Order: sequence, then C-alpha cells, then structure tokens
Amino acid sequence: MTKNNNSKNPLHGLWALTNRDLKKWYKNPVILLLGIIQPIIWMGLLGKAMNLGNMFTSFSPTLPSTIPQPIQDQIKLAMSDLSKQAMLSIFGTKDYFSYMAVGMMSFIVMFTAMFSGMSIVWDRRLGFLNKALSTPVARGSILMAKVFSAVIRALVQATIVLGIAYVFGLSVGADFTPLNMIGVYAALFLISIGLSSIFILIAIRSTKQETQMAVVNLLNLPLMFASNALFSTSLMPDWLQTIAKINPVTYATDATRQLILYSINMQQLLFDFAYLGVFAAVFTTIGIVLSWRYLSK
Amino acid sequence: MTSDAVIVKGLTKVFNKNLVAVDHVDFTVKEGEIFGFLGPNGAGKTTTINMLITVLRPTEGSATVCGHDIMKDANSVRDCIGVVPQEYTADEDLTGFENVILCADLYGIPRDESKKRAEELLELVELTKFKDKQVATYSGGMRRRLELACGLINRPHVFFLDEPTLGLDVQTRAASWNYIKLLKKEYSMTIFMTTHYLEEADMLCDRVAIIDNGKIIAMGTPNDLKEGLGGDIMTLDIKDGDADVSDIIRKVPRVKEVKKQDGTYRIKVEDGEETAPLIIEAVRTEGHKVTRLSLTKPTLDEVYLEYTGKSMREEEASKEAFRAQRITMRRARGQSTRGGHP
Repeated sequence: MTKNNNSKNPLHGLWALTNRDLKKWYKNPVILLLGIIQPIIWMGLLGKAMNLGNMFTSFSPTLPSTIPQPIQDQIKLAMSDLSKQAMLSIFGTKDYFSYMAVGMMSFIVMFTAMFSGMSIVWDRRLGFLNKALSTPVARGSILMAKVFSAVIRALVQATIVLGIAYVFGLSVGADFTPLNMIGVYAALFLISIGLSSIFILIAIRSTKQETQMAVVNLLNLPLMFASNALFSTSLMPDWLQTIAKINPVTYATDATRQLILYSINMQQLLFDFAYLGVFAAVFTTIGIVLSWRYLSK
Repeated sequence: MTSDAVIVKGLTKVFNKNLVAVDHVDFTVKEGEIFGFLGPNGAGKTTTINMLITVLRPTEGSATVCGHDIMKDANSVRDCIGVVPQEYTADEDLTGFENVILCADLYGIPRDESKKRAEELLELVELTKFKDKQVATYSGGMRRRLELACGLINRPHVFFLDEPTLGLDVQTRAASWNYIKLLKKEYSMTIFMTTHYLEEADMLCDRVAIIDNGKIIAMGTPNDLKEGLGGDIMTLDIKDGDADVSDIIRKVPRVKEVKKQDGTYRIKVEDGEETAPLIIEAVRTEGHKVTRLSLTKPTLDEVYLEYTGKSMREEEASKEAFRAQRITMRRARGQSTRGGHP
C-alpha cells in the first residue's frame, strides 16, 4: 500500500517545517512589530537620549573671563578636537548613535535566537513534536527548521532595524558600498545560526517554557554587555575583555561595524568571519548530532 | 500479506530508572483488524503507542510494525504508519488545508500528489467547506477529523489512534466512531487504538487488550471477554452495612462468586433473573434487609472490574500528561489556548 519511493530527498520536510514557523510570524504582524520595538527603544534611549558620545562632544567648558577671547576660542577648538579624537579612538567613529545602532543589529539577532528555543518547547508540549517524530522526516531537519526560521526572522528584523536607524540619522562610513551588505548578512547569518543552535539545544529536552525564560533572562545581559555591541571593549576591565573576546556577538558586531561604519581592516574582518564560521559550524553540528539522540525521549 | 501487522515481544519502558510505565508486554495485532488498548489514564497505553510509532525508545523488548523492527528500521516503520496523537497537533495559525499539506511534506509526498490527497481526505472527513479557515476557529470535533485526515495522508498500512475521542461530547464521539469505521472500510487498514471509554472499545474493536499498571491483564474479543465472566453481574446492598452476608449468598444455587467491596456485594450468577429472588429470600431469612439490587448483563466494564478489582478510575497521571490533557480538553471545548510565540 505504501508506495513511498526511497529516492526521496533526505531534506524533505525541512522547508515545510521552517515555513510553518515563519507563517506564524508573518501572518501575525503584531509579533513582528513587538519584536522590533525593543531595539527602537534602545536606540532612542541609549543612542539618542543618553548618547555617550555627547559626553565628549557637547562638553564646552566655561573659562575664566581673564583669558582673552581668541585664546578661549583656541582652547575650545582644541577641546572639541580632543573629544573627537577620544571618540574615534574608543568607538572608531565620531558618532555614537551610528556605533550603537549597528550593535542593535546584533542585539535583535541575539534576542530572536534566544527565544527560538521556546517554540520547540511549545511543539513538545502541544504534541506536534511527537507527531513530527513519528514521520520519516529527518530528526536533524526538525531541529534545523527551527534554526533556519529563527535565522530568517532575525535577518529580516535586523534589516528593519538598520532601515530605522538610517532614518534616525545613522551615517555610513566613507568606504561603504551596497555590496558590503552581503558581508553584513553573512556575518549576521553565521551568528544567528550558531546562537539559535545553542538555544534550541538547551530546549531540546525541556517541557517547561519557564525554564527557557529563566535561561534567556540569565544570558541576555552578559551576552549583550560582555561584548562590543553597546560599548567599546577597550573601556572594559581585563576580565570583562576576556569574556568579550570569547563572546561571538563581539565578532558579529565588529564585522558589521567594519562593513557599515569603518574602513575595512581586511585581516581583522577575515578573523571575525573565521571565528563566526567555526562557531556556527560547531554548534549546528552538535545540534544535528544530538537531535538524533535526544529529540525523542 | 500473511504476517501480523504488529508483533510486540516483551516491550518495556522504564522512566527515570524506577517508574515502570510498560512492563514486558506481549501481543500481536492481526492484519486488517481494529485492536483496542483499554485501560485507565496512566496505565501505559500512550507509552506503548509512542514506542510503536518510534517516538519513544523501549528500555527492553522488541516490536515489529508492518514487518519492520521499530528500533533497527525505524524509518521504514514511519513510512508505513499513520498517527493520530491524543493531543490536537494541528497548527492553530494555519488553515486546515495547510495543515494537511504540512503533514504530507513531512512524508516527502510530492506537491501535486499531496494536494490531490488532501482534497480527497478533507472531503472524506467533511471539512472541505472549512479547509481554508484557520484551525483556531475549528470546534473540537472538527479538529479531531482534521487530525484523522493528517494521519491518513501517507496512506498508512497501520493506523495508530491514541484516545481518538478524548474530550469530545457524546454526539461528536459517536460521529467519530462512524468515521473510524468508514476509514477502515475505505482504506482496509489495520487500526491500533487506545481508549479508556469501555463502550468505545466494545463498539469498535475486533479485539481488545486490557492494560493496567503497565501489564496486559486480559486480551480477546469483547464478546469472549464478556462471556469469560461466565454469567450476569448482580450488585446488592443490605441495610446493615457492617454485617457480612457473603457466605449466605454463596450457598444460593447458581451463584458463582461473591465479592464485598465498600459495603456493596458484587455477585456473579447464572440466570440472574431467576436467581435474584432466591438471594433476596436467603438474605432475609438470616435477618438482613436488602436495600438495593441491580442486575447487569456483562459489559466490558464488568470485565475491567473483574480483572483489575477496581472500576475505571481517573487515576492521576503524571502532572505533565495531565496538563497536556487539560489543554486538549480546553481546546475540545472550543476555547482557544494560544501558544505564544514570542
């Protein structure tokens, strides 16, 4: 009765499962909207209202009136020049808003990845996972579908964030060409695929979304702040710099900043990509291997 | 085919090293029959099904489904089975049609073929009119039917139904039975189903196995099991609950067995109608008063009681199963529980 041929594509079902998760998302614009509100708030607060750069650039000292006016002007000019230099040496750009807005792209990718684990918990609790496991779809596909849907969501949201940042006054670097965006997406793709794999792996046996929430809450601040997403690592104490150097978010953010804001340091950029590539490869491999063993109880 | 559709040998599942959910179970399901797994919640029905559908790894023992070993050749098993799980697994955010197509994709059925089959199956379960509506708007009965359509998309050889009528009202349950009978006729499948509704097993199944605490305690056709009881069942209460009149009743001719449970006597008798007056008479001459007497022709209920010593109880299942069941029940009643996807 069953005439299922054996020549069928081993990846069958992968896109169907990915698309299932994506449909939930694009059919419900509210979720999409809520997802990008958070980085907008951050951009508004940290990027505009509490702009770190203003500490340097807006500082205009009142000098004693005994100093003659021309000298005062000279001093102020020198101060402003110094503050620009300080900004450049710490953030690599004179404009903190642009600096943190690009970091926000890593931020949204990170958050989307973190919550991707939740949906596998839901699938387990509602019985869909068991149902999928009773079909000949590859176990690795079940896991990778979750990863890919998170990646696609993350990339779309990052694009929206970049667009909004541009409207709010992000100024791209002098060397920027639209071609650089390919590199930006590649970097975000790699960080997203690696982080999603980690968080889906954490959720792979779980039946409680409370546990997932706790994990997300525990990890989001360290991942965010022990990186260069918002602040330059050069301002950090040594121990934090060490963590930031391990944190893949640092490399994704550095790569995207180089491609959007800075002039490219090829050696550093290649290292960023190498690090992200290894990170993504290692965790997807672990994910696929473990899904064979642990997806079913 | 001559071989049995499902052969189970010594199948065992132990959770967390000490909770024995299924305990060395043996049975076979013949080609083309409806085989019922009957037992209270937590008896091991779903665990057994989950092992047979290759979702759960057995701790011990083996089984073959359509001739394929569930451990060594799991993918061949998956190709030849259809599954309707206890929960409503259809995606609420998708339409009925999209859900069936999704299932087809999981089996790798080419799109032109899957569309044809989806239309045909939705027609069969009478959901054609609602196929482009979101599943969130479906009633419990409609969802069950959609699950049936999804489970049949790969033209399964053996069809597994886990509690196919859980949480449905009486009419919808009766309608579901008709669908199951129709499906069997239409596709001549072997059906393996679990239930804790006795009348359901009685109505649908060619053979049933009664499972309790992970062990099969009786197996046979519903009629054989009922006849195995060897007579009618009488229950009797007397006014003085503390006195024991078992021995008096035993002396009455044609009484085969007397058990006292919670102050009520369960008496197995032949020719219940004629024997009842004799029992009342015997009890009265010993100075006791009968307050209530009922006589039932044996049903699976009595069979169940006979073998387990307790009536079908809603035993507290694991918390997790309970929670899942509650979600299912709530959905069955048509209140949507939205799975939040952040």
